[in-house]
Formats: sequence, C-alpha cells, structure tokens
Amino acid sequence: MQQADLNEKIYGIQFSGGSANTPMGWEPMRRVGAAGRQLLIAAAAQTWGVPASECSTAHGKVMHAATGRSIGYGEIAPKAAALPPPALSSVKLKDPKDYTIIGHSQAGVDTHALVTGKPLFAIDVKLPGMLYASIERAPVFAGKVKTANVDAIKALPGVRHVLIIDGSIAPAAYIPWEPGMEAGVAIVADTWWQAQQARKQLKVDWDPGPGAAQSSEGFAKRAAELLQTPPSITVRTYGDVDSLLKSSPKVVEATYEYPFIAHATMEPQGATAHWKDGKLEMWTSSTLPIDGRGLIAKTLGIKEDDITTHMVRGGGSFGRRLQNDYAVEAAWISKQTGAPIKLLWSREDDIAHDPFRPGATVGLKGSLDARGKLTAWRHHLVTFGEGKNIATGGDMGPDSYPSPFAPAYALFTSVQPLTLRCGALRAPGDNAFCWVAQSFLDELAHEAGRDPLEFQLELLSNKPAPWTGVAVDVHEPTGQDVLIADRYKGVLELVAEKSGWAKRAKQPGRGMGIAAWFCHLGYFAEVADVSVDASGKVTVNHVWAAGDVGSQIINPQAAESMGFGGVIDGMSEMGQEITLAQGRGVVQSNFHNHPILRMKQVPPIEVYWRKTDYAPTGLGEPTLPPILPAVTNAIFAATGKRVRTLPLQKSGFSWA
Amino acid sequence: MPLKLTINNVATTVDVTPDTPLLWVLRDVLNYTGTKYGCGMGLCGACTVLLDGRAVRSCITRVSAAEDKAITTIEGLSPDGLHPVQVAWEALDVPQCGYCQAGQIMTAAALLAQTPHPSDAEIDAAMSGNLCRCGTYPRIRQAIHEAANAAGAK
Repeated sequence: MQQADLNEKIYGIQFSGGSANTPMGWEPMRRVGAAGRQLLIAAAAQTWGVPASECSTAHGKVMHAATGRSIGYGEIAPKAAALPPPALSSVKLKDPKDYTIIGHSQAGVDTHALVTGKPLFAIDVKLPGMLYASIERAPVFAGKVKTANVDAIKALPGVRHVLIIDGSIAPAAYIPWEPGMEAGVAIVADTWWQAQQARKQLKVDWDPGPGAAQSSEGFAKRAAELLQTPPSITVRTYGDVDSLLKSSPKVVEATYEYPFIAHATMEPQGATAHWKDGKLEMWTSSTLPIDGRGLIAKTLGIKEDDITTHMVRGGGSFGRRLQNDYAVEAAWISKQTGAPIKLLWSREDDIAHDPFRPGATVGLKGSLDARGKLTAWRHHLVTFGEGKNIATGGDMGPDSYPSPFAPAYALFTSVQPLTLRCGALRAPGDNAFCWVAQSFLDELAHEAGRDPLEFQLELLSNKPAPWTGVAVDVHEPTGQDVLIADRYKGVLELVAEKSGWAKRAKQPGRGMGIAAWFCHLGYFAEVADVSVDASGKVTVNHVWAAGDVGSQIINPQAAESMGFGGVIDGMSEMGQEITLAQGRGVVQSNFHNHPILRMKQVPPIEVYWRKTDYAPTGLGEPTLPPILPAVTNAIFAATGKRVRTLPLQKSGFSWA
Repeated sequence: MPLKLTINNVATTVDVTPDTPLLWVLRDVLNYTGTKYGCGMGLCGACTVLLDGRAVRSCITRVSAAEDKAITTIEGLSPDGLHPVQVAWEALDVPQCGYCQAGQIMTAAALLAQTPHPSDAEIDAAMSGNLCRCGTYPRIRQAIHEAANAAGAK
C-alpha cells in the first residue's frame, strides 16, 4: 500500500485531523470495498462461465464452491478493473456480524517498515545533489533581520548559501492561521550538521518589533485586570444567572489558569523541496497539504499547477502539521538557490516557533440550591485576540459543556492582544476547557457535599436548553455534533463500575478523581487513582477509561493503543508550559524544560468500550481531555488541595 | 583524515571532522536513516544505536568515539527484520507515529541482551531515556516481555 500524491481532483480532500477520518471514511470506504468485491466476483464468474450468485469471497480469493475453483484477487484484478463499476449507492454492504477485518485487530500497513528502520519519514527524504538547510528565526515572533554577518558565515566549512528571509508576518495583535514566513537567516550547507555549526557563528542584529513587549507576567497581569472588567463578548446566556448567583444559598467562585504549550512532535518540522525548470516538487508530511500548496504558490509567486506534492509520513502531528510553514520555507530556499533542499528544524526551533495551544485565565461562579443542586454557572474566559478574532484553539463555543445542561448559564469572553502564532493541538480547545469545567464541577459537588459522579449524572438529567446550532466543534464534518446525555452518562457509569468508584477507599495522600468529556463526536470518561507524597510528588497508580465512539470498534488493538496514548499525552500536558520573556521570546527550548512523560511515570491503563447504535467516530482526540481533571480531582481527593493552575508545578505539585 | 567505522558488520571510511556526532554521519553521510534525530541533547533516545552492544545516544556521541567499535543500527539489528524485539513489536503493533521506535527497539534489544527476563521495574529503568510522544509505553512494556518469552522459548 502506497500513499498517493496530492491530487484532490482524483481523490477528493486529502486531510487528516479533527478525529475526522473515521466518521468521514466509515461509509465511503465500506462502499468502495463492497464495489471492489462485486467486480472481482463478476470477473471470476465470467471467466468460469458460472452465475455470480454462486461465487463467494474469503482470504483474498474468489471461490466457486460447486466446482471447487478459486482465483486470487490480484490475478483477477485486471479483468475486474475493466468492468463497469457499480453505483456506490447501490452496493450491498456486509452485515456487521459477517465482518472478518473490521472489528479484528490489524497491524498498521507500515509497521514492518517501521520496526526495520525503512526511510518513511519527511526527515528521511534524499535527492541527488540535495543540500541541507537550517534557519535562525527571529527570537521574538514577527521580528525582522536588520543585519547579519552573512559573508563570514558563507566562508565556513560546507556552507553553500546564506539567505536573509525578510518574512511576511505583520506584527499584529491577532495572528491568523498560516500567517506567512517568519523572518530569519537560512544557512544552506552540504550537511545539516555543518549548517547547524555555522549557525552558532551567526551574529544577527534583530529588530524585534512590537512583540518584544510581550511577556508571560504581562499576560497574567492583564488577564487579572480583564477578569475584573465587564467582558467584551457575550457568547451565550440563558436563565437569570445574575439573580441566581445572588439568591442561591451557596455560591462558589474560582479562577483557573492554564499555560501555552507546544506540540513538540517527535519528528521536528521539516520538508524537502526541488525547484527546477519553473516547476516545484515537494515532499512534505503536512496533514493539510492542499493549503500548503496554495501558500507556497502565493509566497513564491508561482502557479499551483506547477507544484507536485509527494506526501510522506510525519513523526507525529497532534495538529501541528495542519500548518505548512516549514514546507513554504523549504520551497522558498530551493527557489532562491536552485538546489534540492532538505530543511530541518532543530528541536529548539520546533519548541520556540511552534503554533502554540493558547493559555487562558478563567473566572467561574457557580451556585447551588439548598439541596446541593447546581442552579447557575457563570464562565468568563480571558483569552487572546483582537476584537472578535480569537487566537486559534482559544475560542469557546456556546454549547460547551455544562451548557446547555446547567439550569442557567452565561459564557463571556474577553481578549488581550497576542503577537504569537497559535494552532490546533490535539482536541483543540477541549484539551483545556474540559479541565476547567470538570474541575469546577468537582468543586461544586464537594461544596454541595455530594459525590461528584452522582452530581454530574443529575446535571445530565436536566432538560437541556436549546442547542444554539453552532457546532460544538467547528471541525466536525458530519453535523452529528450535539452532546447526547445518555452517551455521556453511559461512559461515566461504565468507568465508575470498572474503577470501583463507589467503593473507593478514602485515605490521606491517596485519592481517586473522575471526569468526562464529549468532543470530536466521541465520549470519554476517565478515573485516576493517585498518590501524593509530602513534597507534592504525584504518582498516578492506575487509570480507567471508558469510551463511546459508536457501534463498532474498527481495530481493537489500535483503538486501545489510542486510549493509552490519549491518557499519557494528557498527563504530559499537565507538566508543560511555554512562557515568554520580555524582549527575548520563548523561554523553553527542549525536552528538559518542555517534558514528555517517561515510561516510569506511566500507570497501568485500562480502556473499556460502550457500544451504541451510532456510526463509528474517531479516537485521536476524545481520549485525551478527561485525564487532566481526573488527575487534578484525584489530587484534591488525596490532599484537599485544589489544582487551579497548570502546569502542576505552579500549584505546588509535580510528577514523581 | 578519514575515519574507519564498522556499521552492521560492514567496514567503511568517512571523511568528516572527528567531533561530528555519530547520528549525522549515519544519517546524512552514510544514509542509515533509520536512526532518528529528536533532541540533539541525549534527552529523547530517538537516535539510540548500539556500540559494542551497549545502547548509546548517537546525537551526543562523537564519531571518533565509535572508531574500532561495532556500530549496530536498526537496519542491522537482524538480517531479516526478525529479531525477537522486532517480531514482538510487530505482533503488538507497537508504533503509532513510529518515529521514536527505532530508538526504543535498540534500547530494548540492549536490555534483553543484558537481562533476558527483565521485570517491569527493570524495563522502566532501562527504557525511561526513550521518549514516546504518542504514548506507546504500555505496548512497549508488553512487547519487551513478549520478546523475552519468545527468546527464552527457543
């Protein structure tokens, strides 16, 4: 099986993101499979002179039982391909009880090549005469190069070209998705190591621009002011929130904060480009390559028809490779030099110039009636942007839980300027909104003296206010985007049963936390069992996850692995932060200060499925969000201390 | 001055400065691209290769330090891709994005050569220098046990 080049005229949209491949592909792929089977049978039946109805298929063969004949798919394929294809809408789909591939674990098509070290990845592309490029980008986002010691660098071993990139990013208060090329100095050498060595000798006089005034301290200070100021955007209100907050016997108030974080895919960004005779060939691991082709054409002033895009494997995306900046850079350098160019970002480049998940500060108020039932929820999200333009991944929609189940609800947004690129990180928005909402629900349940599970099941039993019609997540392709309370309750009840929630032990220094979320069409509930020692070191002893992604788990082993991965990735996020130092840009640089969980920190994880009569949906994203509040709610159960600021170390905790 | 290297039992010479990291000699000069770059600081283990059977981070190993030693990369771990670790990895479909897996496999192979039947704690201790952004750690643990059992059964 080989990945085709980019060609939307033949293949339609070639895109991977938003956990959308399963919902988008589930029916079309089965129809194509059924049509192929029908053609193979027709071709074999014709060859044998028997009725197609007497033929069957199994294990890659067409068979005619009455005569004991069989023929391999590959052998009959040329003949089958010459027959007129059936209308896809009319093919007969297999009864799920007869599935022999779907529902059975299959290894990935590249697994053997991966375990034997075959060149699959963007970083592995090699062309004759290829040169290697490394770029020193402006440390302050949207800064410019004033001068650089270009001639001195050109004289260094292996260096072939040194190019000043003027860049095309306007230093505005809101930076759009794909804002253009960052300014910097590109060094092109015979090997990447030589380019990197030459970079160390580079002396650049930067014009940092207005972004230099930004700092994490400044953001926090302004956010605190905005929380005390009337919000600028009303996203949604229903019910009389203000008077309920005044009249209810119990009102809980809290401020939550979470940081910017980077994608830090294991394979740093990079791409290979070859400009030759007015045409461009690209090798890129972009997950939205059609956008990349458009951007390259615009940046280089060439026609899209003159670009061929080969799609190569990427070492992780988590949303990072939806953006195509690295491909534009490689293409630009190749056009400037006329050489085939492999551009590779260093890890330091990759962390400091990531399109970050934006941080935020959130002011919350919730009220309880005399019986301890939630009566009103007021949510003030202080994020980044300008006017109505909100930083990517920072925008909360009107139906974000506990809307519309809270009896009265208000969601407001305020923004402060941000001259920094943001992007979509696995479960964009939800990876943070879930933590805030599910933590505050846990606070309210404890304040009401009730079990958090029972408190949330009651909330989900409320008659919801009308859905606003704005998708829960704008990336959903299927329109099936409204939270179904029974599915949400179902995963909560399943995870409670599997984790022994009702019988959990209460002891100092050890506790369990529960949380659930709906996003990207999937429902997940997770329970964490944690121990916390006297110095605040947190050990996660065990995690249980329950998911509802519809009627069919397509590839059970891979699905379970995705469950493990979502939990572990979410735990990693709890220890990460990106901070900005005034005048210097991003502080973090590598895995020592933007860490990923290590094996010894990973608990046993159990993943369970609740199958429901809905079409199958994706697993990349919905597995992740609940683990963050499950762990922090467990820390509260263990210590009585509420984690309202991430990363954990800002709340006095850290991973053991 | 050319340096003599023995990679996967094949002798070769390279003309690079002696302080060049082994990783970049393998990848960009000699075209052994199975070994991956992840951090350049010995923090992630994606670049792990064996030097005389010992797992080392090739991104912080000068090429001159690998002279007169047997270098084994993922391409040479077994002639047919059937080292017990590779077989177990495939059976459990360990990789997700797959980028870190060559380094994981090399570290696991070195562990099993030293400790044929490691406990979970021994696996955690040996493998905690290898990062996986996709979170394949539970599968890696399982696969190492499976490889240990398969090798023991032979």
